[in-house]
Amino acid sequence: MSLRYALYPGCAAKGATPELYQSTMAIIGQLGIEVVELTAASCCGAGVVGEAEPDVALALNARTFAQAEQLGLDVMTICGTCQGVMGAANKRLKEEPQLRERINQMLAQDGIAYRGTVQVKHLLWIVVREVGLHQLRGQVRIPMQGFRIAPFYGCYILRPSWDLGFDDPENPTSLEKVIKAVGGEAVAYPGRTKCCGFPIILEKEAIAVAMAGQNMKEAKDEGADFMVTPCPLCHMSLDIYQDRAGRAVHTTLNLPILHLPQLLGLAMGMPAKDLGLSRHFIPVDSILRTIERTQRA
Amino acid sequence: MRLTFTIQRYNPETDAHQHEEQFRLDVGRGMTVLESLIRIKNEQDGTLSLRYSCRSAICGSCAMEINGAEKLACRTTVRRELERHGQIAVAPLKNLPVIKDLVVDMSSFWGKVLDVTPWLSSTSPASAAHPGDPMRLLPGSYQFHNVDACIMCGACVAACTSHEVSKGFLGPAALAKAERFMADPREPETAKRRRLVELDQENGIWDCVRCNFCVQVCPKDVKPMEAIIRLRRRAIESGLVSSGGARHITGFSEIVQQEGRLNEARMPLKIVGFSLKRLLRLLPLGLKMLLKGKVPNPLAPPIPGIAQVRSIFGVARRRAAGS
Repeated sequence: MSLRYALYPGCAAKGATPELYQSTMAIIGQLGIEVVELTAASCCGAGVVGEAEPDVALALNARTFAQAEQLGLDVMTICGTCQGVMGAANKRLKEEPQLRERINQMLAQDGIAYRGTVQVKHLLWIVVREVGLHQLRGQVRIPMQGFRIAPFYGCYILRPSWDLGFDDPENPTSLEKVIKAVGGEAVAYPGRTKCCGFPIILEKEAIAVAMAGQNMKEAKDEGADFMVTPCPLCHMSLDIYQDRAGRAVHTTLNLPILHLPQLLGLAMGMPAKDLGLSRHFIPVDSILRTIERTQRA
Repeated sequence: MRLTFTIQRYNPETDAHQHEEQFRLDVGRGMTVLESLIRIKNEQDGTLSLRYSCRSAICGSCAMEINGAEKLACRTTVRRELERHGQIAVAPLKNLPVIKDLVVDMSSFWGKVLDVTPWLSSTSPASAAHPGDPMRLLPGSYQFHNVDACIMCGACVAACTSHEVSKGFLGPAALAKAERFMADPREPETAKRRRLVELDQENGIWDCVRCNFCVQVCPKDVKPMEAIIRLRRRAIESGLVSSGGARHITGFSEIVQQEGRLNEARMPLKIVGFSLKRLLRLLPLGLKMLLKGKVPNPLAPPIPGIAQVRSIFGVARRRAAGS
């Protein structure tokens, strides 16, 4: 039986991190996931729109949820930030009928109404809970044996925990479970639950890159070969800004950053080009070479 | 149950660095971390230093890092920590200088609270002379979004990821306190304006990364980050829109209103467009992104159903103007 979701790719996967969309589409079939993409969905607001206009952000998300509701499907996100923002919006729209009413009035002229029946789930959660780690293990063709992999959660998939309800924000385990299931070793370091700095990287670069740099340095110091993240905004901060982040912590990091589905794809034996790995700023060649070597041995 | 407590120790007179020390202790069901630490101090090592007073989550003295997260030791049970982490590791609050063992120097914390003028601006001498003046009483039971529940324990400041790399940041506790006065109907509008202009500066409301750590760790559900967001909203509403942070919000919303989704290719101009120097700083990254196929088409068509998105913005703004 296949798992069906309404895919909400989010702006980044359709914009500055197209490799996230590409690698997601490459792996889901093998995991027994079928998706209908919400092509008319808007931005979730990323927590930014709601800072100035909270009702606008709620209404944008209610409109997206209504589209999934029409399809009778739960929403699958592939972005930690989308998950946090949409999960929190959905919780409020479900639990506060008066608020839902007020927001639905903003959509009424277009004949849209959200009834509050949809769930919003990140790909990471779906892999762990619905696909199942056993099933994932069964799909692994190239175990990530010998790799020390640093999980980087990012903020919005963890906090505030009462809006998300999946991992314990003090001691999350889902990325570690996935890393283990694909044969890798998860690196423990304090920064794994901290912030990548992305939300202020354009206007307060010094603060943002210092945060990113510190987290990556900790991972490197623990011997990480590469990092994996379920959030494309974290990816931008950690990958695109990595040279500057390294300078902020006085070191050369050279730490490849993988999107979650890219890690799964590599382990499932998919070619690098299908996973968009060449789009990264920090080359992933070292990983590919090691994989090749172990394959030949 | 006999348990091991791993405690960060530091004595400035004898130690060059902080170090861990382990203590074994028999604990009963329902015992708190604070009770355990007091027993360790009384029965095993009288030199162990920690701050505590009320033992009932009111005074805010015993905030510390327990298993990596900021908590009040008095309302943290040993049993729950063990279930959650399989160990009990205790350390002083981060982001503040350690005086000894679990005791931190809170002076920078209090300094920042003082920096936001945590009192109502003085009203006319006449009303001050009459304590019964209605100006001095709050209408009904005013809640200030629960910000007034703050017990100044410092947990949020210790957990703040922005503060960790930028010690000048006013931080969650002080900014939440500032917001409480912005929301007070007794504070004169001119004073509120003065406050906002100050908070809009460097080290103020725009240094928050919205990581949600302060919201997660606050033992009194103050949600400091939400208070910071309300301050940002007030700043924008009152026309303070020239900071990079404010431009981030207004520019982002404008793009979403026009296209239905965020187009990263248009963001830099919206945020740093006014500064040639800062734009030049972004140029090398932008060019490399272009080469890597990471720059979306700046002229991409809007999403299907864009009229619905635009009407959402329209309704919200008409409502805001009407209220």
